[in-house]
Order: sequence, then C-alpha cells, then structure tokens
Amino acid sequence: MLDKNGIAKRIAQEVQDGYYVNLGIGIPTLVANFVREDIDVEFQSENGVLGMGPFPFAGEEDADIINAGKQTITTLPGASFFDSALSFGMIRGKHVDLTILGAMEVSQNGDIANWKIPGKMVKGMGGAMDLVASAEQIIVAMMHTNREGESKLLKQCTLPLTGVGCVKKIVTNLAVLEITPDGFLLLERAPGISVAEIKAATDGKLIVNGTVPEMKLA
Amino acid sequence: MIRKTVANVKEALAGVQDGMTFMLGGFGLCGIPENVIAQLVALGVKDITCISNNAGVDDFGLGLLLQKRQIKKMISSYVGENDEFERQMLSGELEVELTPQGTLAEKCRAAQGGFPAFFTPAGYGTEVAEGKETREFNGKMYVLEEAYKADFAFVKAWKGDEAGNLIFKGTARNFNPAMCGAATITVAEVEELLPVGSLDPNQVHIPGIFVQRIFQGETYEKRIEQRTVRQRN
Repeated sequence: MLDKNGIAKRIAQEVQDGYYVNLGIGIPTLVANFVREDIDVEFQSENGVLGMGPFPFAGEEDADIINAGKQTITTLPGASFFDSALSFGMIRGKHVDLTILGAMEVSQNGDIANWKIPGKMVKGMGGAMDLVASAEQIIVAMMHTNREGESKLLKQCTLPLTGVGCVKKIVTNLAVLEITPDGFLLLERAPGISVAEIKAATDGKLIVNGTVPEMKLA
Repeated sequence: MIRKTVANVKEALAGVQDGMTFMLGGFGLCGIPENVIAQLVALGVKDITCISNNAGVDDFGLGLLLQKRQIKKMISSYVGENDEFERQMLSGELEVELTPQGTLAEKCRAAQGGFPAFFTPAGYGTEVAEGKETREFNGKMYVLEEAYKADFAFVKAWKGDEAGNLIFKGTARNFNPAMCGAATITVAEVEELLPVGSLDPNQVHIPGIFVQRIFQGETYEKRIEQRTVRQRN
C-alpha cells in the first residue's frame, strides 16, 4: 500500500516534458517533489503565478508571494504573475495541460465530489469547479477508502458534485485506475496489493482485464 | 491629469452606508485592503454584502467585520480558514453564496467591462447551476452567470500615482485588477502613492480611469497565513 508520497511519486510519472500543470491542495502539492529533473515543467497556481518554485528559505518569505494553499513560495526564472481573471482564462481556455486534485468521492462515470459535506463541512469549491469543467486531463489523487473504511470509488457520488463526467484517471494508495464507459478499469496495483483487495475496496464497477501489473516506483 | 487622491481612508470611504454591496480584493490575506477593512470596522456599517474570494481568518481581514456581525451576506469561493464564519453560517446568521473561483473573478471582470452575463462551463451539473440558464455550445454545456453589481470596490495595490494608475506586486494582484471599475466607486489603497510621472506607462497594470479614489495606506501588517520554508543544506 502506498502512502501520500507514494501516490504523488506515481502521479509524477504522468507529468511530461513541456507540460503546464495545476496542482491542488494536499497530496497533489507533493507531486512537484517527484517530477523528473530532466524535463521542463511549469506549475501554475490559480491565485496568479506560473513558474512556482520551492518554499523560500527561512527569513526570505514574502507575504505577497503565495500559492493557492496560502503557503509562502518562491518563483523560478521565467515565472510570471497575473490576475485571477487571466488565471482562470488559462484554465478555462485549456492552456493548462494537466490538473491534479484531491477528491472525497469519484463515480465510475467520472463525476467528482470534493467541496461540501451537507450539514458538516462547507469550505467552498475554490477553483475546483472551474478546473474540472475545463481541464482535458484530470488526475485524482486520493486514498481508496475514507476514514470509516468506506470506498471513495462509487457507482454514483453521494455528496454534492464538483463536476460531471470529467475525471480520466485516479491514483490511490491501492491502484491506478482509468475511467471508461464501462467503469473503473484497473491499470496497476500498488506494491503488495492484490486484485481481490482492490475489488473489495471499490464500490463502483471494477474492470479487470487479464493480469494487472504492479506499479513501478523506482 | 485628473487627480484621484484623497487625504486618508476616512475621505476614501465617504458615502459608505449600511446595506451596501462591496467588492474586496485579496486571496486569503494576500493583497487585501487592510486600511479600508479597519475603517469599515470603525465606521460600524451594518448589513453589508461582501464579494471577496475568501472571508479572512478569525482575527484578521474580513474576519474583523464578521466578529462585529457587520456582514449580512458573503459571496466567496472558499471560506475554510475561519471558525467564526463557519459558526455564523451554520447557525443561519450569515447568508453565504459560494461561487466557483474563476466565475467569481469573471463576474467582476464582466461588470468592469460592460458584459451583463457570460457562459462558463464551471459548475454545470452541480448545485451551483441550479435555477440558472444552461446552453450547449459545440457539444459542451455551459451555465449563464451574471455580472456583479456593487456600490464600492475596495482594492489594494503596491504602487499607485495621483491619477489612480496602479501596479500590483506578486500574487497580491489576484482579484484586485478585475474589481477596479466593477462597482459604482472604486477605492484603491496603495503601499506607495507617487506623483504623476513616476510610473512607467508600460508597467501600469490598471489605468486610473477605473479608479475614483486613491490613498496611501497608513500601515500594512501583511500577515502570512501559512508560513512555509525550507532549510538550507
């Protein structure tokens, strides 16, 4: 089974040379740490920066330079700042190649829910609805089950939706899956995890075609 | 040159009344109009509607207005860092309209640029689209969103001149530019107010035509919400 860094490491393999990438808060943020160093990738943060760098050294934080998680950051050579309307123009206009975000639930037809639990938690959708409605390539990074042990990969989402039919790929602590017209297609198993274990943790329809390889994380 | 300078925050807020709708720039606590917020608290205006991406934290930013129960309605995209906000929302004291972030920015820009409404794919098929017109373009579904109407837009810039021209710094730019000229009166507070001729016209982000009043903020705390650093090897 993978930990959060393991999930991020696996997703980093999906990032290709020349990609502009938007990373959501949580596990997606960790992806930046594992992207190959021999490719050119720029990270976009929807609050208005392209070309995000690592966190600043202590004492060099600038209150005016933060990411969408409100964390202090730095910029890399070639970076740019812009306003929120232009930032979402980049997103809505499909100029961002890859969006990686977390989720509370994903359904087998690619619906995603990640912004509200009625009566319990209402933090808002932030930029997630804009991102999922427009991105060509969306990867969801999440645990396969919630804290109660219930599957987060469902036939139908039970929580208020963030977007419909938009998720293409999911990387969890147990597996890599692709959304297909027939359901969740199992592409890879996490190290040491069996198909039966993934099946047991998946509430939606799981499609298993032949032998499913184990992820390569080296 | 048409002068936009006012002496201080008190003059800048002349005409502010109970029940008005305000736009406030900022993302989290980054690039918020700190001096205006402090003065709105001092004035004690009530029943206000605030259009702002976030609602501050408990003891800073718009959280200060929430503490005093001055806000009737919040229009935001993300309100996660404020316990008092959550309490007022769940108890029904505070009306909340959650809007996708890109839609929020565009509803400001539409008001600035004279569009009554626009179609966006964001929120289609979700509760955000309930009661709104939807339409198909090139095989994809879109939601009709209307421009905001506001009495005042309060923005914060890094540098400005007496003509109201503005330059923003870093990610403190965020929602500020789209809000300029998107309300009846736009008030800009700046860290540095300069004489005309000091700003290179090539570098101006927002031309003074969008700004009615400009003043130099007295102090800036610029509080950092999440201080994240790395260690030197």
